[in-house]
Amino acid sequence: MNRIRRQRPALLAGPYLLWSVAFTLIPLVLIFWFGMTDADNHFTWSNLAAIGNSDNLKALALALLLAAIATVLCLLLAYPIALILAGLKSGKSALIAMLFILPMWMNFLLRTIAWQNLLEHNGVINTILKALHLPELILINTPGAVILGMVYNFLPFMILPLYTVISKIDREVVMAARDLGANSWQTFARITLPLSKPGIISGITMVFVPALTTFVITDLLGGGKIQLIGNTIEQEFIQGSSWHVGSGLSIVLMVFVIASMALIAKYDPQGTGTVIGGQR
Amino acid sequence: MIKIENISKSFDGVSVLENLNLYIRENEFLTLLGPSGCGKTTLLRILGGFEEPDTGRILFEGKDISLLAPNKRPLNTVFQKDTLFYHMSVADNIAFGLKIKGQTKSYIQDKVHYALHLVGLDGFGERFPDSLSGGQAQRIQIARAIVNEPKVLLLDEPLSALDLKLRQDMQYELIRLKEELGITFIYVTHDQEEALTMSDTIVVMNGGRIQQIGTPEDIYNEPQNAFVADFIGDGNIFDAIMIRDRLVQLLGAEFECVDTGFGEMNPVDVIIRPEDVELVSPEEGTITGVVTSVIFKGVHYEMDVLAHNYHWMAHSTKMAPEGSPVGIRIDPFNIQVMHKPIREDQETLVNE
Repeated sequence: MNRIRRQRPALLAGPYLLWSVAFTLIPLVLIFWFGMTDADNHFTWSNLAAIGNSDNLKALALALLLAAIATVLCLLLAYPIALILAGLKSGKSALIAMLFILPMWMNFLLRTIAWQNLLEHNGVINTILKALHLPELILINTPGAVILGMVYNFLPFMILPLYTVISKIDREVVMAARDLGANSWQTFARITLPLSKPGIISGITMVFVPALTTFVITDLLGGGKIQLIGNTIEQEFIQGSSWHVGSGLSIVLMVFVIASMALIAKYDPQGTGTVIGGQR
Repeated sequence: MIKIENISKSFDGVSVLENLNLYIRENEFLTLLGPSGCGKTTLLRILGGFEEPDTGRILFEGKDISLLAPNKRPLNTVFQKDTLFYHMSVADNIAFGLKIKGQTKSYIQDKVHYALHLVGLDGFGERFPDSLSGGQAQRIQIARAIVNEPKVLLLDEPLSALDLKLRQDMQYELIRLKEELGITFIYVTHDQEEALTMSDTIVVMNGGRIQQIGTPEDIYNEPQNAFVADFIGDGNIFDAIMIRDRLVQLLGAEFECVDTGFGEMNPVDVIIRPEDVELVSPEEGTITGVVTSVIFKGVHYEMDVLAHNYHWMAHSTKMAPEGSPVGIRIDPFNIQVMHKPIREDQETLVNE
């Protein structure tokens, strides 16, 4: 009787365990298998070394750059929004938060294709410009378009953790800082900002990682002119070049993701923001 | 030193403070005492600058500070909740206000050291707030406020989260602190014992109005209405009739008292403290009754006497056995006559 009861919580984890073995662990093992072997199933480093190829290196560097820019833009846009949301009364803030989350209810591809239509050479924006006799702009297939796509798609993932953390900051703690002589800017810089660090960190993680690895946004808004590491990996798999090289590059990308998260975790000693905990 | 003039405040149409006037002297320990919802915390927040009054103003040494932001006011607050900055060490918490003012490092260090010593937590500077107990956190909050040398310290039920023993210790510490610092304390509490122990002046509030201002002795011995009488200490409260000066009728019996100026044959309220109810032999008593219960309370016995259909509470070091007939006698000096409430907030609390 006692034994059964004690086993129950473990049993509850069963379905997820099966799921993660089937769809996370096994694929991961396969990626490592493909990544470390050649077509004849012999061990090789060459798939990993493929990152050293100048095209791939450029794609990785560009991906890091665009993802970093998009993350910074998301943070700059999201923080004031989260701050305002957290300051509102609960009924109002829920409504406005929903407005920001609303786009997430639509399909990701659909949203990105909509931007394609807006930015195209004969798209909505240029049609309007033409009607106003203004010079047309090259918008689509630029790094700017890709960054726009990233920011647009991933902004909610920055707002949500920030909003959650900021709204949890006790109003009386902020009042205490004011009481001790801090003006509103000093209170923000010394109290609100540092206390919202876990939210900043999880927001950065949730935007930077998908932005670093995306290929759909580049495909749709970069039109094949912008090649990120995600696109390279996709092409290795889909256009049949080589599962082995694709897996090798995936492993390298994974290392970059883990490294960037570890770097972020250094600034978050409590380990509240990321999966990789700190040392405290 | 502080003059509160005609302050009113309402939230969502519900009035919390009604046309409140109060004068606070320099270097006094003033307590705002009242049940929850009486407006005492709102008044403190208006003083601190966290709420704006709807009407009225606050003069600090003659200057109107009503519209100043909290950081511009010459007072500091100790909050009821733990509002320490959890991302800073204890020393950085205490140094916060001084750093904002741009004091030198050595000055700050000395001050932090002194403040920690003052609250009895020497050597705690390097620790972080999450390693402190509730009482320690509250002391650090006090230290964090007093390093700024405010002329007035506002304390919003700072001890309410602590257990009884610690609360009593902290009460003495606060009195000592106040004497050492020589500054004005404005203290908010709903705990009448705390108020009686620590205060120079008690302001009893209910329903957004001041019910009585006075020393702890005044408030206890000469409550001005049924609310104050009921809220402070235990008491037997009666519907009575003032027959003429110095003679009051309650429960059908006539008692001599010392109060004058209540008119003739006017309805009044009367309070008699339990320790003033003298139990004597039935022949000697003004009225007679029967002891219905006896509880030993350590220093005294608490006895319930049913006399003239009223359960009298009597405190005495001498025990009268349960079921025994007794007489009740009251020293005229110990009968406190009060005007009938003219407003709801002057009446006794229903559930107290």
